Amino acid sequence: MRQWDTRKRTRADRIARGEPFADGKLINPARLVGFLEAILRPGDRVCLEGDNQKQADLLARALADADPARVHDLHMVQSGVVLPEHLDLFDKGIAKRLDFSYSGPQSARIARMLFGGKIELGAVHTYLELFARYFVDLTPQVALIAAVSADRHGNLYTGPNTEDTPTVVEATTFGGGLVVAQVGEIVDRLPRVDIPGDQVHFVVDAKKPFYVEPLFTRDPAAMTETQILTAMMAIKGLYAPYGVRRLNHGIGFNTAAIELLLPTYGEKLGLKGKICTHWALNPHPTLIPAIEAGWVEQIHCFGSEVGMEDYLAARSDIFFTGPDGSLRSNRAFSQTAGLYACDMFIGSTLQIDLSGHSSTVTADRVAGFGGAPNMGSDARGRRHPSAPWLQAGAEADSDTPAPLRRGRKLVVQIGETFGEGNAPLFVEKLGALELAGKLDLPLAPIMVYGDDTTHIVTEEGIANLLLCRDADEREQAIRGVAGFTEVGRGRDKAMVERLRARKVIQRPEDLGIDPLDANRNMLAARSIKDLMLASGGLYRPPSRFRNW
Amino acid sequence: MEKLSYDLAAPVAAAGTRPIALVGVVASGNLEVLLERGGAPDRCTIEVNTAAHGFRELWDAVTADFVARRPAGGLRIAINDGGARPDTVSLRLAQGVRLIEEPEA
Repeated sequence: MRQWDTRKRTRADRIARGEPFADGKLINPARLVGFLEAILRPGDRVCLEGDNQKQADLLARALADADPARVHDLHMVQSGVVLPEHLDLFDKGIAKRLDFSYSGPQSARIARMLFGGKIELGAVHTYLELFARYFVDLTPQVALIAAVSADRHGNLYTGPNTEDTPTVVEATTFGGGLVVAQVGEIVDRLPRVDIPGDQVHFVVDAKKPFYVEPLFTRDPAAMTETQILTAMMAIKGLYAPYGVRRLNHGIGFNTAAIELLLPTYGEKLGLKGKICTHWALNPHPTLIPAIEAGWVEQIHCFGSEVGMEDYLAARSDIFFTGPDGSLRSNRAFSQTAGLYACDMFIGSTLQIDLSGHSSTVTADRVAGFGGAPNMGSDARGRRHPSAPWLQAGAEADSDTPAPLRRGRKLVVQIGETFGEGNAPLFVEKLGALELAGKLDLPLAPIMVYGDDTTHIVTEEGIANLLLCRDADEREQAIRGVAGFTEVGRGRDKAMVERLRARKVIQRPEDLGIDPLDANRNMLAARSIKDLMLASGGLYRPPSRFRNW
Repeated sequence: MEKLSYDLAAPVAAAGTRPIALVGVVASGNLEVLLERGGAPDRCTIEVNTAAHGFRELWDAVTADFVARRPAGGLRIAINDGGARPDTVSLRLAQGVRLIEEPEA
């Protein structure tokens, strides 16, 4: 006779093994390592909550201290591999297999460990894709999560950084797994309930807040005039003609410059209310001047940003907030919003090849994807029309009758032709291909595929790939905005001029942009302090960004 | 320091009457560009003093592109370069020819 409730029985067994280390649901913090050794089984699929920003740091340290003789060969399924402990698990043999999305600060070490065979790689995912697999074939058996506070029943308050937690808990607890939360404090009454207590099996009081990284703060003082020029071109050459109102921005300096130019250059062009009104976006401090000037109607956030909490709470007409007043973020919902309800994604990358494929992976860094491949892709399931989507669709395919023609999401790569350390943005062969060869991966880790990319913006011009009719035109359109990189200098000058005549390539002078306007005085804020002042003192920058 | 000199055909003459214009600063990754009127209206001379050695090919490409794209005829240009990237050099040159068109402040 087959048993049909082995998952429930296994969970009941885990709870029974954990109870001696706890008082009710509250784990004795001094016995946390022993608790984890008791509830985990070799080979378990485990989500150790590492989000884009918040980290279950106490649980990560405790798991890394577990005895590998008792806890080994775990299969880690988590979106962010951010803390050193996340990789220590593999060095010690506690974990063996990894499915993840983003590795940010650990990108060099994760590459070394992949080369050295320390990590068995499942796949690198986009966030939404990994979340989807939580409900199909990568359901966690144990989730180790992070929240701001809990009550004695295990109800959790996640504060502004809700991020991945509801998704992780939903899959784990309803899939028969065990949920363990670290919290900053235990309270009698929570400001709001983000996760109901009957979905949480154990809680440990870390007695301090979880670790959170300010990932989205770009200091206007570090913005260059080339970035300002490129941002002006994007506003005048893309946002205005397509009338882009619903969008997502990446986290680089180029898009931060666009945010700071809206109330100045955008105002001068008469674009207020016509562009950039609705967003799927993290709370970028550089958007404060545009919000204060009345440009923005609504923003849904993937996560929060350190120092922005009071500002977000005070602007509840713009941001989604809870009964406690603070932001409610949700990565899965915001990623879905970016995929289906935004008409543009614009972001930066490290390398673009001659087909327009882009990647942030170089031969010795596996940075992962995060959300960009999801934002930066055309949603084939989309059915609602909007002006920019229809216009882009018409440019891509002028032959099909309009009622049968798909629209297109605008997927824009923006950057300077030379990046950090004078590395060229444009390359003949992506580092991602070299990496795929070395690791024998069936797929090269491409951030945004060339057939999803609609435009490339550099200080040299805008290449409109929608208007290219064959691979040759596409290659020359890309070479034509690649400036003085080897790829750029290898262009067919006559063909590039023909493409320019057809507006496949538009130079700053074609757009009527005065290079003298590419000036730091054009920025609505020129320092972090300016951003704080623009917020009326509500934005409280972390100390590392304060230099006054 | 490396010194490079160019005497280039410049099909479009610089506009305006301002005798001299200065843009940028000498700093690491930046450059100063001094533009003066003088010489034939269809030629442009450029003197480069650069802190970064071995980039002659790039300077050849950046200066050739500049005289082809911008109204640079009749200008003598002196560049003090602190190792700026080509995109920064191009932008400064473009700013320079725009500034010399402007009436003096």
